[in-house]
Amino acid sequence: MKSLLKYIKDYKKESILAPLFKMLEASFELMVPLVMAAIIDNGIAYSDTPYIFRMGAVLVLLAAVGLASSVTAQYFSAKAAVGFATKLRNALFSHIQGLSYTELDTIGTSTLITRMTSDVNQIQNGVNLTLRLLLRSPFIVFGAMVMAFTVDVKAALIFVVTIPLLAIVVFGIMLASMPLYKKVQAALDKILGRTRENLAGARVIRAFCNEGSETSAFEQENELLLNTQVFVGKISAAMNPVTYIIINIALVILLWTGAVRVDNGIITQGAVVALVNYMSQILVELVKMANLIIQLTKALACAKRVEGIFGITSSMENGAFDREDIENINGGDEKAAIVFDHVSLTYSGGGDESLTDIDFVVKKGETVGIIGGTGSGKTSVVNLIPRFYDATKGCVLVDGMKVRDYDIAALREKIGVVPQKAVLFKGTIRENLLWGNEHASEQDIEDALRISQAKEFVDTKEGRLDFMIAQGGKNLSGGQKQRLTIARAIVRKPDILILDDSASALDFATDAKLRAAVKGMGNDMTVIIVSQRAASIMYADKIVVMDDGAVAGIGTHEQLLADNVTYQEIYYSQFPDKKARR
Amino acid sequence: MKDRSSNRDILKKVLRHIGKYKIFLFISIVLAAVSVILTLYIPILTGQAVDCIIGPGAVDFDGILDILKKMAVIIVLTAVVQWVMNTCNNKIAYQVVRDVRDEAFHKLQILPLKYIDGHSHGDIVSRVIADVDQFSDGLLMGFTQLFTGVVTIIGTLVFMFSINVSTTVVVVILTPLSFFIAGFIAKRTFSMSKLQSETRGEQTALIDEMIGNEKVVKAFGHEPQVMEQFREINDRLQKASVKAIFFSSLTNPCTRFVNSLVYAGVGILGAFLAIRGYISVGQLTSFLSYANQYTKPFNEISGVVTELQTALACAGRVFEFIEEEPQIPETDNAAVLQAPKGNITMRNVNFSYNPDQKLIQDFNLEVRSGQRVAIVGPTGCGKTTVINLLMRFYDVNSGSIQVDGIDIRDMTRKSLRESFGMVLQETWLHAGTIRENIVMGKPDATDDEVIAAAKAAHAHSFIKRLPMGYDTVITEDGGSLSQGQKQLLCITRVMLCLPPMLILDEATSSIDTRTEIKISQAFHTMMKGRTSFIVAHRLSTIREADIILVMKDGNIIEQGNHETLLNKEGGFYAKLYNAQFELG
Repeated sequence: MKSLLKYIKDYKKESILAPLFKMLEASFELMVPLVMAAIIDNGIAYSDTPYIFRMGAVLVLLAAVGLASSVTAQYFSAKAAVGFATKLRNALFSHIQGLSYTELDTIGTSTLITRMTSDVNQIQNGVNLTLRLLLRSPFIVFGAMVMAFTVDVKAALIFVVTIPLLAIVVFGIMLASMPLYKKVQAALDKILGRTRENLAGARVIRAFCNEGSETSAFEQENELLLNTQVFVGKISAAMNPVTYIIINIALVILLWTGAVRVDNGIITQGAVVALVNYMSQILVELVKMANLIIQLTKALACAKRVEGIFGITSSMENGAFDREDIENINGGDEKAAIVFDHVSLTYSGGGDESLTDIDFVVKKGETVGIIGGTGSGKTSVVNLIPRFYDATKGCVLVDGMKVRDYDIAALREKIGVVPQKAVLFKGTIRENLLWGNEHASEQDIEDALRISQAKEFVDTKEGRLDFMIAQGGKNLSGGQKQRLTIARAIVRKPDILILDDSASALDFATDAKLRAAVKGMGNDMTVIIVSQRAASIMYADKIVVMDDGAVAGIGTHEQLLADNVTYQEIYYSQFPDKKARR
Repeated sequence: MKDRSSNRDILKKVLRHIGKYKIFLFISIVLAAVSVILTLYIPILTGQAVDCIIGPGAVDFDGILDILKKMAVIIVLTAVVQWVMNTCNNKIAYQVVRDVRDEAFHKLQILPLKYIDGHSHGDIVSRVIADVDQFSDGLLMGFTQLFTGVVTIIGTLVFMFSINVSTTVVVVILTPLSFFIAGFIAKRTFSMSKLQSETRGEQTALIDEMIGNEKVVKAFGHEPQVMEQFREINDRLQKASVKAIFFSSLTNPCTRFVNSLVYAGVGILGAFLAIRGYISVGQLTSFLSYANQYTKPFNEISGVVTELQTALACAGRVFEFIEEEPQIPETDNAAVLQAPKGNITMRNVNFSYNPDQKLIQDFNLEVRSGQRVAIVGPTGCGKTTVINLLMRFYDVNSGSIQVDGIDIRDMTRKSLRESFGMVLQETWLHAGTIRENIVMGKPDATDDEVIAAAKAAHAHSFIKRLPMGYDTVITEDGGSLSQGQKQLLCITRVMLCLPPMLILDEATSSIDTRTEIKISQAFHTMMKGRTSFIVAHRLSTIREADIILVMKDGNIIEQGNHETLLNKEGGFYAKLYNAQFELG
């Protein structure tokens, strides 16, 4: 929590004023029983009507001042809490933007989303409640006790015993039930998980006729939840009756003591009434405090989780060379577009090397195919070019310079990536394509649509480029999404275009047309095509065959077909006819 | 009006569910009334005690002792009653929740796939989990609160009137003020809260989208733009939140203020009446504590009303789900398909997911035992539709599908589905061990059988290398397993039971071609003598099929074997096939 406190700095004034005003309100509240006692002892006892009116006015005044301070306090605390949460959210979001792929992999996006949303909200509530109540409740509890002392010391001793007793019961029951509530939550998570599973796997469960066993498993887990809930319920149901007994027995003792003290002429009847009133104020505040503490522990746990995210920093250091430097160094005339110089890669926490000693050169303007089986490391290879991950051994060079030395933004600007998973964002088609290049002209966009074979279906959409894509691209088919992601990369007019198995949802005919169109772009663009299909890469200038994280062969289709066993296996598995003809 | 009647319907259904626990409910209501009256009696006794304490030398100790004894008994009694009542309430609430959830889950298993496919899973989950909780909490707790609140108000009024009429009138006139103020604030803040939650929703959507796809954001160096977008929404959220939180937090101070006014009013008037001897100081004390208590149930009730409304809405959503039309039940004399030969006939089949969009029309197919049927076509052409019909996940609109001459609607779903082995494109695994996932179709399989199946599916070698082998626990949806490995597990699952008919949907799409060859050899053995349907993109895997169904836009447009279709001039299949060899 400590490290998060800096986000409340700008609201220092508010976060001091809020509890101060809250305490002010509380002190006015504490005065009320005394005023009432005065009315009884002076007003009623001496039949002094003007006195009663004066005191009555005091009561109204106390209420009004109390209201004013309370409203002020609420305002300051709302402002401070919300302001704090806003700053925190901005900082957290910006921090997440700065993380590299490695960290994103380890934390997981769903975790990040929860931290950003519900966790920060919980913290905001926690701060708000803390500012409002954390000081107020103890202040009233102890204030009531202090006031009791001013009335009568001996009677106040009853308070001294009652308050700790109540505190023990309230907090004891709370502490006892908290871990049990965790158990309830765990049991609830279980039935939630099973429900979700049964929805996602409805087909498989029905195909294997597992409905019965799933239902009985659910019923069992549900029963467990019920038993835990009833058990916790029994404990927390004791809270009210037990505190009720304590406070009222204290009241009985108080009345008896009061009777003795009044009989001896030490205190007045009004004083007894005041003491009774203070007793009843205590209970209300203690219960509030217990609830507050539950909320606070939740908020603190959230704060810890959010802090954890801040604790993770990008493992990637930015290079120093920005765009201009690079142009000066290269003079735009470099033959080798990409160099892999004995590169190895081990993912963090991944154990063995995922890539081993990758070593090859891609010349400017070349089209290179990368082929290999599932898990052979194709994607890992291309992920090193835009420096999504850092090589653990060796180095990757783009245009003659190590990727580590580039300013990351400048490096990625040169590269158009079409990832395996076709991701589009909510917004119009045009907005999505402009992701590739903010300054793209209308003509650039049309060209990109044509090359990516997306024009045909975009033309049929209502509003064409202004067609709204739903979140996650739900209103487009897989193939359509894939073509738009390709267009998005092409709009960028990148020096290097990376197609990472990006045609998997396209049929062979469209795939072929796409490749032809990319080739026909006719500039110096270097193209890297990753695929499992031999047909997609066989016409490349150079083919890199990957097997189990290492390069199994490099060459043209003909060369590889002649002497590379791995390539032959892949090729003939897809073109058995050709093998027969051989 | 319609709303009200539907609310009444919902209430009736809720009551039906509580019906089982009638005794508890009855006890709870009686105890609630008892506890309220006992609680209200304490201030009276306190007042009487105060009246015994007049001044020095004027204390009636005998009287006070009697009163205090009475108090002690009532206090203990009240506490016991409260505890029993709370426990009863918990019992009712939690058991009703359990019953409703069991019912909902049972429903889930017999709902037609059409419902599950057509509704957001998140929505269904929240109905079964969150809504049920809300409805039981809100309805049962809300109901008890409402009941005790009303009893408290009536009880307080009766007690107060019995002491003094004019002071009671002051209380009665002043208290509704807090009601009005609370209502006023709630109305004014409603639009602010709405704006806040809308803005929050907007922000969550952005976070979801951007952080969910952070890698793409990074690949395009789009971080600054996204940050800008975020900041803009965040600022708006700040403004909306400060307003919403501040104004809604005014309710408490304001009602407290009204409370204080009532207190002051009772104090002043009571003091005057005391001077004139109409009431005693002790009675004034009782009044003052009633004045404090009296407003509390009013505030609670106004909260309860909204709570009850949400609870009813939640209950409505839950019951809507529970009462959803189930799949057509099986007739009692439904045939049990035993060791089918696998002759499948589709006759004049018409089918579409929704009436506006015609899909399969007048489709006929004759598959003889042991034949292999391949289903081909471009992306999204509806190949899975055929599977949905064969497995009877969906029913045909007209026409019939027969297995061994029996209409599949006339046999039990269980026996039909057990006769098919299915591997879907979307691999699905459940949380549990690898072994549990494999034995889904044959729970009593021995270890040897499991390993043999895994070997046949080429899954054994990777399972062996997992930390705990076959006992490795995987999370929902496979967790750390690769897509290919998940698919191998799904294949193993079918290998283990080897039913007489097979359905393979894109079964090998995520497996590299070399492993695929090994698996397809296994498939070969598996398919021998078994009627099988294969859906695939790869033409190489389906070339050897006996019948090829070519689908486009949901329709089956060509039917035949590889040679006949390839030789068909201008045929769609021929075009598809040749595309593989065009250009580079």
